[in-house]
Amino acid sequence: MKLLFNIAWTHVSARVRQTLVGMAGVAMGVGFTIMMAGLMQGSQIDFLRQLVDTMPHITVEDERRSVPTQPAEQEYAAVQMADIANVGKRPGIKYPESVMSSLRSWIPGDVAPSVQTSAIIDHGGARIGITLTGIDPRREVHASKLASQMREGKLDDLARAPNGIIVGEALAEKLGVKTGNTVLLVGGQGTRLNSTVAGLFRSGMKRVDESQIYSLAGTAQLMMGQSGVVNQLRLRLNDPMSAQKVATQVEAQTGYKSVSWQEANADLLSTFTVRDFIVLTVMGAMLLTSSFATYNIISTITHEKRQDIAIMKSLGMREYAVRRIFIIESIIIGVVGILFGWILGYLLCYGWSKITIFNPLTGTTVPLQIYYSAMHYVVAGGISLLCCAGAAYFPARKATRVHPVDIIRGAS
Amino acid sequence: MTEVALQAVELVRRIEGVVSHTLVNGIDLAVNKGEFVAITGPSGSGKSSLLYLLGLLDAPSEGEIMICGQPTSKLSETERADVRLTKCGFVFQFHFLLPEFTSLDNVLLPMRAAGRMTEGEMRERGLALLGSLGLGEHANKRPNQLSGGQRQRVAIARALANRPEIIVADEPTGALDTASTEQVFSILRDIADQGQTVVVVTHDPALAARADRRIHIVDGKIAEITERCGGELVCAAVS
Repeated sequence: MKLLFNIAWTHVSARVRQTLVGMAGVAMGVGFTIMMAGLMQGSQIDFLRQLVDTMPHITVEDERRSVPTQPAEQEYAAVQMADIANVGKRPGIKYPESVMSSLRSWIPGDVAPSVQTSAIIDHGGARIGITLTGIDPRREVHASKLASQMREGKLDDLARAPNGIIVGEALAEKLGVKTGNTVLLVGGQGTRLNSTVAGLFRSGMKRVDESQIYSLAGTAQLMMGQSGVVNQLRLRLNDPMSAQKVATQVEAQTGYKSVSWQEANADLLSTFTVRDFIVLTVMGAMLLTSSFATYNIISTITHEKRQDIAIMKSLGMREYAVRRIFIIESIIIGVVGILFGWILGYLLCYGWSKITIFNPLTGTTVPLQIYYSAMHYVVAGGISLLCCAGAAYFPARKATRVHPVDIIRGAS
Repeated sequence: MTEVALQAVELVRRIEGVVSHTLVNGIDLAVNKGEFVAITGPSGSGKSSLLYLLGLLDAPSEGEIMICGQPTSKLSETERADVRLTKCGFVFQFHFLLPEFTSLDNVLLPMRAAGRMTEGEMRERGLALLGSLGLGEHANKRPNQLSGGQRQRVAIARALANRPEIIVADEPTGALDTASTEQVFSILRDIADQGQTVVVVTHDPALAARADRRIHIVDGKIAEITERCGGELVCAAVS
């Protein structure tokens, strides 16, 4: 192997300019791939973080996922019932406190009760449909990030203001209301309630900030016309990624439809899959293209070294050993190129992370989110090395298949 | 009893194509250990083709080649490469040294490929070989820093590196001046005198006359064999 490496090294070191071009090609491919992966994954993780922070990880609703099996169906195999409404006789989760204490005993996180209803907010001639969520501020801090999303006021202010509500910044701007203003809430049952804006929040998701209002649970129950009802349990987990699994277990235990944040955003997440596929394809193409320079160099070397190949074969060196020389050459080019590519990739990521952009949704200027991962470096380097080896293999195989006699005769 | 180093039996090399062409046509030949055989013949007579067959660089269409008694027709390409590496040494008309390597590195190449010695032993042998061919002071020079004769002597040292049984040389003096030609032939003669078998293809009748046996090839067949007898070459057989 040392002999093969020596021969390979003499070949590449004798062609400094060509070798540097090959290394630069690999370095550019690896560097930009790392940057692209960091940027894409960074933005995706940032978006998911906002998404996960904005909503409960699991929402237990007061409905069943499917129509419950009827007693007659359970009793008789021949019975099959159709057109049965999947509606409870009374809205709300039965015995919510006991359900919550049961869940708290095993879920890796916390749970808080809430009351969700739709309403219309009426202010200054504007009437906007909103979702009103009634919460328990003391429990809510354990189940959501709402407290940290407050821009004005605190969750506890809900109890201090008469019929206090917390409004999203975007909605407040739309309505032209500020903390301390009074707005009119109109419920589905025709209930009308003057409420005081006790605070403003910003989740970062415009859809939420424009349509979500929080109040005390009692206020929401009043708007629903159902005192004492709890129609939603909101779970927050230590590991948001386990939400799907925990939701299944919660649903199996309670019988209520339990929706994880992944399920609630399935459409959105599926677009990420498509985006990931596109990004991986582009990155693969970049790495493959960067290996073309290596292919070019190895092709040139094998062409120039046809005579040497013939001599080495005639001396008794095996074909695969001679072929390995050129693969080693491409690996030398690849490895050095990858090392420079890693440095370039890090510098590009660092440079991009210093760039700030204005987010029209949140109205803030934020830096580009870059995700630094050793895996990006390993994968980009590994794929690039494979591409380089592949790029060398084919010209090397072709060159080493040459019959030495043909070359020797041709030279004389 | 004389030991046969190299034997060809009914050797045929045919190039198939639209018009098939026979390069070597039914040659029987036995070369003894330590013998110096010169193959002569006009251009296109098949002498180089015969040499490449004898050195296992090429495979015969028919017939058998035995190297030190070992049949080779059923060997794989890898096994043939191993035989070339350990039992044959090649010298070509052009030196065919690796240009990026020094003289010593070129000589070490077959030894390193064989991997039977330590690096120290290989260097010692490489330097000894170069020294014995008058190239001791040129060990660290690259081929482009050497004269034609010096390069060819490095090529001979490379051919001798693995102590092969047989040295196969294809017009080794074809590109050399008179002085270098004389020098190279003397070296080959010495090699044969020391017990290694040498088979040389040459156009030069004066040089061929210094061999133990001269085989004249015409149209792929042995036309005449001349053997040394009492210091003179005498005709032994004519087809």
